[in-house]
Amino acid sequence: MSIIALLISISLTIAVIFLGVFLWSMKSGQYDDTYTPSVRMLFDSEVKRGVDKETSAKQEPKK
Amino acid sequence: MTRTDVVAETTCFHCGAACEEIHWRDDKPFCCKGCETVYEILDSNNLCEYYDLNSTPGTKTPAITDTSYGYLDEPEISAKVLTFNSPSFASADFFIPSVHCVSCIWLLENLSKLNRGVVDSKVNFAKKTVHVDFNPAVISLGTVAGLLASVGYAPRITLEQEKKVKPRTDRSLVLKLAIAGFAFGNVMLFSFPEYLGIDQADHTLTRIFAWLNVALSVPVLFYSGIDYLRAAVRSFQQKQINIDVPIAAGLLALFFRSAYDIATATGPGYLDSFTGLVFFLLIGRWFQSKTYESLAFDRDYTSYFPLAVHRLDSDGEWKPVVIYHLVKGDTIRIRNLELVPTDSILLDGSAYIDYSFVTGEAKPVKAKSGDKVFAGGRLIGTAVSLGVEKSTSQSQLTSLWNSDAFKKVNESKYKKIIDRAARNFTWVVLGIAAVTAVYWYVTEPASMWLVITSVLMVACPCALALAAPFTMGSVLRELGKRQLYLKNADVVERMGTIDAVVFDKTGTVTHGQDPDVDLIGELDEAELAKIKLLTGFSTHPLSRFVHDYIRKAASVPVDDFRELPGKGIQAHLQGKVYKIGSAAFTGFHEKLDQSASYVFVSIDDEIKGYFMIRTMVRRNISAMIQRLGNKCKALLSGDHETEKQPMSHIFNESTTLLFNQSPHDKLAYIHELQAKGNTVMMVGDGLNDAGALKQADVGIAVTDDTGVFTPACDGILHGSEISKLDKMLELTRASATILKSGFAISFFYNAIALSFAVSGHLTPLVAAILMPISSISVVSFSTLAVKLVAKRKFKNIT
Repeated sequence: MSIIALLISISLTIAVIFLGVFLWSMKSGQYDDTYTPSVRMLFDSEVKRGVDKETSAKQEPKK
Repeated sequence: MTRTDVVAETTCFHCGAACEEIHWRDDKPFCCKGCETVYEILDSNNLCEYYDLNSTPGTKTPAITDTSYGYLDEPEISAKVLTFNSPSFASADFFIPSVHCVSCIWLLENLSKLNRGVVDSKVNFAKKTVHVDFNPAVISLGTVAGLLASVGYAPRITLEQEKKVKPRTDRSLVLKLAIAGFAFGNVMLFSFPEYLGIDQADHTLTRIFAWLNVALSVPVLFYSGIDYLRAAVRSFQQKQINIDVPIAAGLLALFFRSAYDIATATGPGYLDSFTGLVFFLLIGRWFQSKTYESLAFDRDYTSYFPLAVHRLDSDGEWKPVVIYHLVKGDTIRIRNLELVPTDSILLDGSAYIDYSFVTGEAKPVKAKSGDKVFAGGRLIGTAVSLGVEKSTSQSQLTSLWNSDAFKKVNESKYKKIIDRAARNFTWVVLGIAAVTAVYWYVTEPASMWLVITSVLMVACPCALALAAPFTMGSVLRELGKRQLYLKNADVVERMGTIDAVVFDKTGTVTHGQDPDVDLIGELDEAELAKIKLLTGFSTHPLSRFVHDYIRKAASVPVDDFRELPGKGIQAHLQGKVYKIGSAAFTGFHEKLDQSASYVFVSIDDEIKGYFMIRTMVRRNISAMIQRLGNKCKALLSGDHETEKQPMSHIFNESTTLLFNQSPHDKLAYIHELQAKGNTVMMVGDGLNDAGALKQADVGIAVTDDTGVFTPACDGILHGSEISKLDKMLELTRASATILKSGFAISFFYNAIALSFAVSGHLTPLVAAILMPISSISVVSFSTLAVKLVAKRKFKNIT
């Protein structure tokens, strides 16, 4: 039966680690804004530079 | 095809508003110079992706005025706004109310493309803030704010910036909840063998589990549940018993009884119930704070206060200074529509001060040179110099709004149901505990203490504490979905008791926006520009319509500005007397069609023309008023009697229709109704009936732009939803019943549990089943009931 004591101590340790990680992420403000990051990751990292009016004008008729 | 045909349906490329006067640029239409300018800036910086992410992402931008953010560069002020400051790196958080879509985020996060001085910017969409890191050697704080404003995201810089404490407390609630939840889960796990009756043979293991439970419960009591203990102590100090007292008693009884059982090896303890209880209680609190967060009034009244004001320097220059640094004897300059930051003496000429924010009285007060002007008043008319009489502090400014003028006079009448229930509850519990104690003392003294603790444990009114936040929170949410935003849960309670509803006319029953305005007469552009300037000083709805109708405003000095309630406005402009107002006031005598409202203009007593304004009655309002029936007591209008005819079609015969009402008359009328014993709800636009809104038991401001905040009101209702007002009232009335039913359910469970406890049969297993069930059933009942009632009530109502 002593194996149970061992298993429980392991499971409890892991659970405490997860709790700690949650508390840390909470404190570091990761849950403060749950919307912006989801949008931010979809933005192009570099703003399109070469898109001037001529190319966009050319592209449009193709549609 | 002519171009005007296109024009009729064109919407602004930037903000999506319909264009009346088109500005073309790169074959794209813009509704105003402001929108066009933003496009220009973005275009020249290759940032037009802004328009690809979302069509018409902008907000209508007034052309940038010279009310620049220069004052932010004053070291004292920037120190208040900056969150970090060093010679080559600084950061600041700006609150930007106009953030609303993906494009906004994209543009604001690409600020560095607009100005090299900006290092990085990060948006918090939920809070509508942007955090900007910049290099102060390249760009100053004021320029950063100006940069934001130039692309249509004017930051709102106010005293609020100073209280950054709020989000902190909120986070700690979640931490407490997390710890309680963690402990609850694990304690349940370790209690499982006990539930199933296994492992009876292995006593060491049972002991280990029990002690682990104690270890897990300690932080729950001393961290997660500490607020309840503190609140109970406080209520003892104030000699007032509230709901926290029995909760705290229950928590303590549960914990220490369990610890005792475990230490003496007489039982497994009730720690699963204990941690579960704290967990559920905290969920209730979290839900409550979430509700308030999402419904928080967009604008706090402190945001009206200026952060800085122009002060006359020793070398004769006007320099911006933080208002807290004003001392007696300083000379400051206040411009039109700015607030007076502190009590002072008027130094030059005369001025009109509008104290409606402070007193609720909309009529501006005239002050002559040498008169005292009080903090919180708003200047109407030309800029004046003031001599500071008193230094100022934030608490003083805030106390202005918290002054008696804005307190509900009869607040004490509405004792919170929950407190009343809690008080009775506590006495009943104590009574039961005492009776049981006596009984057991006589029959079996040995188990007396066990029974008493059991009684206190199960009596813990967890479900009772959950019923109110979940019911009220759900009601606030349901109303919020229908665009009625109430200040707090107390208003819901008060709304449920309303038996008289009084309406204002313009802006409430009729549309407050986009009326049909026609100009008849010969006014040239310069004269129109001056009319726009003058009407801007007035808060009367008709003035606003005229003001919005004219495009350009003049900037000339205004002398002897006077607003005569019920008549019109009058002023001297460049030697000419302008009168804008009613026919009698301006001397107009012809008979006109009675179905519209008119604003006449005379210059030097010569009628120059008039504006014909047809305001439309809001859709479906008549059906709503029919449904309200006898509850709809009156219509109070500042307009002329001629409006009576169209209004009488909408209202019942029993409704009193009063016209030519000054703000003071409106207030008096509400007062009269209350004296007759009615609980009155005033529905107005909050502009010229602030006093009435304040006096009424519930004052609802109807607005088509929810950014407006009147300190006097208890709630803001979007104009398009006014046709549901009667149903909203019914919902709040139903919510009182739902709340009471929630209480009944919780009492029912408590009664069952008490019967176990009193008879000495409360085993840990019984407690572990009964307690969560009672909490869960109360929460789901109140949430679902409110949802269901709301669904029923608002069915088929448009």
